[in-house]
Amino acid sequence: MTSDSHALPSNAGDHGHHAHDAAAHGTLSSYLIGFGLSVVLTAVPFWLVMTGAIADKQVTALIVLLLAAVQIVVHMIYFLHMNTRSENGWTMMALIFTVIMVVIALTGSLWVMHHLNTNMMPMHDMSQMP
Amino acid sequence: MLTMEKSKIGATQAWLAITGLFGLAFLGIELTEFAHMIHEGATPQRSAFLSSFFTLVGTHGLHVTFGLVWLTTLMVQVARFGLIEANRRRLMCLSMFWHFLDVVWIGVFTFVYLMGMLR
Repeated sequence: MTSDSHALPSNAGDHGHHAHDAAAHGTLSSYLIGFGLSVVLTAVPFWLVMTGAIADKQVTALIVLLLAAVQIVVHMIYFLHMNTRSENGWTMMALIFTVIMVVIALTGSLWVMHHLNTNMMPMHDMSQMP
Repeated sequence: MLTMEKSKIGATQAWLAITGLFGLAFLGIELTEFAHMIHEGATPQRSAFLSSFFTLVGTHGLHVTFGLVWLTTLMVQVARFGLIEANRRRLMCLSMFWHFLDVVWIGVFTFVYLMGMLR
């Protein structure tokens, strides 16, 4: 709590001082929150997989993927200081653009690979290969 | 980064050194794992999974290595010229790079280590 009460006023003063500074930066408390969340979001999926707490593997996989997605967002907010305000919102626009590009590349690749087998030239059975 | 904002050169250097040591420890553990796997015959030529594993984890490790070179360079820069505006910008770029490596690592450990175990 002492770090909280210390960090907040110094942060407020910082922002007044660096009013021209467009890029956002964190405070000690925001870094600690981010670190704590990351530790939990890393430990839980490892615990799930290593102990096999949930019998259904597909459910475990879904939870693990979900926790990874949440942790990526946590890192974006607390460590990469993503918000809608810095650089007049252009960092957020760049992020949205990046996400769209990644989604197109990933889904496109998966889509193509899924159809690859049916689109291939007729070939002999690969399992007979040495 | 927090100590840099407060213009504390010594503290900034100390935190950079700690970051570098953690980076080195990470690389050390990773290389030990690689050596152990290759010793057991789990080489990249063995299977498609191992090819992907070594490419993916190795590329991340290579980026960590270059991050460490970058970090060392900036420590020398800060020692010689102090926390001038150019060095602050460089440190911010390194911080972005380092944290993004961590974001990538979330994807790597989720898919390679956790999803790999669930197959």
